[in-house]
Amino acid sequence: MTLFDPVDALSETDVAVRVRGVTKEFGSGDWLTKALRGVDLDVPYGALLMLVGPSGCGKTTLVSIVAGTLQATEGEVIVLGKDLAAMKSSQKVRFRRDNVGFVFQSYNLLPALTVVENAAVPLIIAGWRRSHAIEAASEILDQLGLGNRMTSLITELSGGQQQRVAIARALVHEPRLLVCDEPTSSLDAENGRITLELISKIAVQPDRAVIVVTHDSRVYDFADQIASMEDGQIKSVRDCRTNACKNPPLENS
Amino acid sequence: MLIGNRVKYLGIVFGVVFAALLIAQQSSIFCGIMLLTIGQIRDVEGPGIWVMDRNVEFIDDIKPMSDTDLFRVKGVKGVDWAVAFYKGLVRARMEKGDFHQVILLGIDDATLIGAPEGLFMGTLSDLRTPEAVIMDDAGYARIWPGEPFVLGKVFEMNDHRAVLVGITKASRTFQSFPIIYTRYSQAVLFAPSERKVLSFVLANPKPGIPAEDVCRTITTSTGLQALTRDQFMKKTIRHFLMKTGIPVNFGITVMLGFLVGTAIAGQTFYLFTIENIKQFGALKAMGTSNRTILLMVLSQAVQVGIVGYGVGVGLAALFGWGTRGLTKLAFFMPWQVLVLTAVAVFLIILLASLLSIRKVLVVDPAIVFRG
Ligand SMILES: Nc1ncnc2c1ncn2[C@@H]1O[C@H](COP(=O)(O)OP(=O)(O)O)[C@@H](O)[C@H]1O
Ligand SMILES: [Mg+2]
Repeated sequence: MTLFDPVDALSETDVAVRVRGVTKEFGSGDWLTKALRGVDLDVPYGALLMLVGPSGCGKTTLVSIVAGTLQATEGEVIVLGKDLAAMKSSQKVRFRRDNVGFVFQSYNLLPALTVVENAAVPLIIAGWRRSHAIEAASEILDQLGLGNRMTSLITELSGGQQQRVAIARALVHEPRLLVCDEPTSSLDAENGRITLELISKIAVQPDRAVIVVTHDSRVYDFADQIASMEDGQIKSVRDCRTNACKNPPLENS
Repeated sequence: MLIGNRVKYLGIVFGVVFAALLIAQQSSIFCGIMLLTIGQIRDVEGPGIWVMDRNVEFIDDIKPMSDTDLFRVKGVKGVDWAVAFYKGLVRARMEKGDFHQVILLGIDDATLIGAPEGLFMGTLSDLRTPEAVIMDDAGYARIWPGEPFVLGKVFEMNDHRAVLVGITKASRTFQSFPIIYTRYSQAVLFAPSERKVLSFVLANPKPGIPAEDVCRTITTSTGLQALTRDQFMKKTIRHFLMKTGIPVNFGITVMLGFLVGTAIAGQTFYLFTIENIKQFGALKAMGTSNRTILLMVLSQAVQVGIVGYGVGVGLAALFGWGTRGLTKLAFFMPWQVLVLTAVAVFLIILLASLLSIRKVLVVDPAIVFRG
């Protein structure tokens, strides 16, 4: 038995995500890319933080590190009170399974499964009985307006509907951190807004946090905070609950 | 089910079916041929011991002994009885002057040991009349194609008259010549005159004495080769396995089926995996352990394997059933063939999924955010 577990070394912080001095390098020598050059960022509970910035500035790299799919080169990454940098990879797998929901730009749904089966995947991974998992998935799909498409195949859905299935899948196991990387960039304006509206309505809860990477200035008004990135660093964080985030327009790509 | 793409799924199944069908079918034909090679031994049901020249390798490998050898075997301790048996290839000349190679079997005059079981025309005791012979039905159909079975046909062997008194259903032989049974004393006349004519001595051990022991005694006391019926069958099969190209030919086809099946199934499975690599990445990002992913891929592969095996073996059996009437094709599917095919299918799906498994295990969950 160890008295000192590095993963739990910190007492539960008041922010969901605390990133300090994080760097990330890809490759080495002539091929060295410094994707992140010392990032500091806090994401409070109960907030939807949008991460914006030009293409290649490191947004995806940063959220991958926060979500536990990528290891930072240096720096401190505390998510939901756990020190990700100190976790073994098997611990990270379990951490992601229990605490993180993912929404991807390209949906990444399983084409062989029906809508409700796709939404139930995280619960099945977590070892739920199939019938219970399907039941829970149906509930959240209902909330997302897909109650009548449960047994459709993924390929029969529109892009906007597929992204809603992806949101259902990301939220079905009630993760305390939701990470969305460009969830609207494959969608038209209307579906983009619907998607973000659903995310802000359903996913944002007092004990949870949401990070949305986006290029899409049309959806900025759903943000509680907007963090602007440039060249591997956070340039500014604005609080939209006190400032108007919509204008002046932020940098776009 | 992992594989949502019906075409890909069928592609993988097809690979397995192809291999299973080819392997099961070819090995069954191979087993059928092996069965043919021992057909003549199996047809002689009475005696437990076959005595022959030291150098005989298999049933068709005739090396005549001298007639006195019969009496030497009879004199060996533990031998209950022993009779002469002639086997040889003879030319028969038909009424119209055409010649046919036939297998001539000469059985003991007194006991008729070695006679065919169950004539379907004529009676066995008629074989005791002078010049009498019995022929198998397949041979009859070869010599007199299209003609109804009638007794009393007359032909010649070695310028001696032969009269057909019975028709039997003999096992088909490897050489598939007509088979003609006659008494030993008659066979000696039908056979081309040679100094020695005794092909085999058929014997039986005294009750209570194991045949193997008597064989050993015969060998040590006469210098002849004595084998139990089983041993002789095994020796014959071993000869065909080791000394002929038959197993190699079948082995090559089976190997080909295996390789082609593996290639088709493996390639399709791999393509499917590559196409869905981001989905696998997503599963890993969402916290699926490598172990679970491995189980998913393997259970899918096993499912494909079971379907492919069932269909392949089923088709092979159907093929065997469909060709059962054709005398040319030997088909015999013992359980060993089913096991062999199952093992091959298992190896195929294992090999086929190996590349895919490697691919999904090394995929970095971080890729899911890319592009
Ligand atoms: N796996 C990788 N290997 C090498 N370079 C990478 C890799 N991932 C990202 N990069 C580089 O890191 C930088 C940041 O990329 P990314 O985080 O994807 O930016 P964004 O999401 O803001 O467009 C880019 O220059 C990109 O080329
Ligand atoms: Mg990106």
